[in-house]
Amino acid sequence: MSAHANLERRRQAIYGWLLLSPAAVLLTLFAFYPSIATLWSSMFSRGTRRKPTEFVGTENYAELFADPTFWLVVKNNLLYAGVTIPVSIFIALSMALWANGKIRARGFVRTAYFTPTVLPMIAAANLWLFFYTPGLGVLDQIGSLFGLPSVNWLGQPETALWAIIIVTIWKEAGFFMIFYLAALQTIPEDLKEAADIEGASRWTYTRRIVLPLLMPTTLFIAVNAMINSVKLIDHLFILTKGGPSDASKLILYYIWEMAFAFFDAPSAAAMTIMVIAVLGIVAAVQFFYLDKRTHYQ
Amino acid sequence: MKSSPFVKLDGVAKRWNGQLGVEGITLDIPEGSFTALLGPSGCGKSTTLRLLAGLELPDEGKILIDTKDVTTSAASDRNLSMVFQSYALFPHLSVAENVVFGLKVRRVPKKERMEKLHRALEITGLLGLEDRKPGELSGGQRQRVALARAIVAGQRLCLMDEPLSNLDAKLRNAVRKDIKKLQRDLGITVVYVTHDQTEAMSMADTVVLMKDGHIQQVGAPEDLYSRPNNTFVAEFVGAPPMALLEADVLDGFGEGKTIGIRAENIQIVPKGDGRMCCTVTESEFLGAETLIGLDHAGATGLSVLKPGLAMMAEGNEIDITFNDENLHVFDVNGQRLAG
Repeated sequence: MSAHANLERRRQAIYGWLLLSPAAVLLTLFAFYPSIATLWSSMFSRGTRRKPTEFVGTENYAELFADPTFWLVVKNNLLYAGVTIPVSIFIALSMALWANGKIRARGFVRTAYFTPTVLPMIAAANLWLFFYTPGLGVLDQIGSLFGLPSVNWLGQPETALWAIIIVTIWKEAGFFMIFYLAALQTIPEDLKEAADIEGASRWTYTRRIVLPLLMPTTLFIAVNAMINSVKLIDHLFILTKGGPSDASKLILYYIWEMAFAFFDAPSAAAMTIMVIAVLGIVAAVQFFYLDKRTHYQ
Repeated sequence: MKSSPFVKLDGVAKRWNGQLGVEGITLDIPEGSFTALLGPSGCGKSTTLRLLAGLELPDEGKILIDTKDVTTSAASDRNLSMVFQSYALFPHLSVAENVVFGLKVRRVPKKERMEKLHRALEITGLLGLEDRKPGELSGGQRQRVALARAIVAGQRLCLMDEPLSNLDAKLRNAVRKDIKKLQRDLGITVVYVTHDQTEAMSMADTVVLMKDGHIQQVGAPEDLYSRPNNTFVAEFVGAPPMALLEADVLDGFGEGKTIGIRAENIQIVPKGDGRMCCTVTESEFLGAETLIGLDHAGATGLSVLKPGLAMMAEGNEIDITFNDENLHVFDVNGQRLAG
């Protein structure tokens, strides 16, 4: 190969690395290194003054699997994800279809739906605390009008997790609606007209044309909703602190508790690794499997 | 024989927020005919078509299809098909699924569906492309898918909204012939919207020329060409359009009138023998003939055709003449005077 071609190739390589390096440095520093450090520390015992830290391999993981609270938290989180993801997607889609139609006060409707997204989660949680509070709360006040007994929504194990789920759906649905609304606006009006002339009902049009065309958005939202179902725990701090008797405890909250309330960093690290692994696998399935069956314009 | 026309619009009007859309559209369309709605952008031709399709509802007037009053019927109850300017193909469905979409919606049995699909694809020359998505087709192929979808159900009325405007000039000529042949072979009634007068003149049995929401003239292409109702029609139809002269340029026509003359009826004569003296402004070589643009103080759009290559220098002064029988006379308001 001649000299100048070689030089050019090297120049291109250097150029490429220069473009890559800022992202590579930041990701390494703040994502890859912490992940690996977490994995590493999850394999050591918790050090005390008398007993120094030592390598224990998978013992932390075994301990977690034997911990009934861990399984309760996993079960809680699965229910939480299993309800919040489909319900918030369904509500977001319904709201978007409605807010995209020719209705009066369309701007107002859209803004109203979007408001929960703008509120910080902590503020939203305080708002809902006011709804849920027994006696004083809005729900109880409305209930008492119909002679219903006072219910401590957040204070009993049967309802606490559901109360949390409702707050999350309320918070997320408006946010997802915006994505659906944007996607709906890219569907040309004449597709609806063509379907009309062919005799398709509103429902057929939605099912056979609109929903398939919204699939890329649905996929994106589903991945986000899944991540949120693990990530979004701010409201737990305000509303229930995971109680009563761990009934509303989610996995990230438990990790936080392990690390900063019980100071059991290795257990927290082990749990974190498991969360990362599960999220990674699910996201991969969503992208690689559903992606093939999705039409992108 | 049918006594009443297949499609009838009677005094149809549609206004947008009080502004004019179309006004007083009265039109009879016989079965099996090819009708072109022609006019410049914003003249209401597409609105008329959409009113006919049921995509808009008229503020006034009546629409009858096959003697049935469909003025307020839904689009799906009017038994018609439509080809959109953008084709409006469903991007996530294959060619076959696009074509049979309406049949599926109408619960046509699978066997019949496949037969009709095969026939429609055969007619439009799309066999072998059944499984392609619209995104994988060329513009001309997409256009044919839209046509296939329109004919597959066998509706007797087909509406077309500028179906050729997204094709390149060469393809447009070919598809024009295909559509015309299709319409004849299937014996369907076509209402065709276009802003291109060549398209309208070459395809249609009846041309409906519109302007500002009103019908200007309805007639066979040759009627519009040789007997324009008013100066708008005269200037819109034909390439080059009719030249208009102020009446006082010539003797014996009186004040305020407008005289129309077509380029092919003008002859260049030796200096001093002509009825008018003009200046050459441009020469356009068209192949078989050369179009010479002329300028005269009392005339607009004046031009003359010379056979073969016959360029003339700009600024040349030439004399022209024409016979009185080839003149079209319009009154002060631009309406044609008898004769």
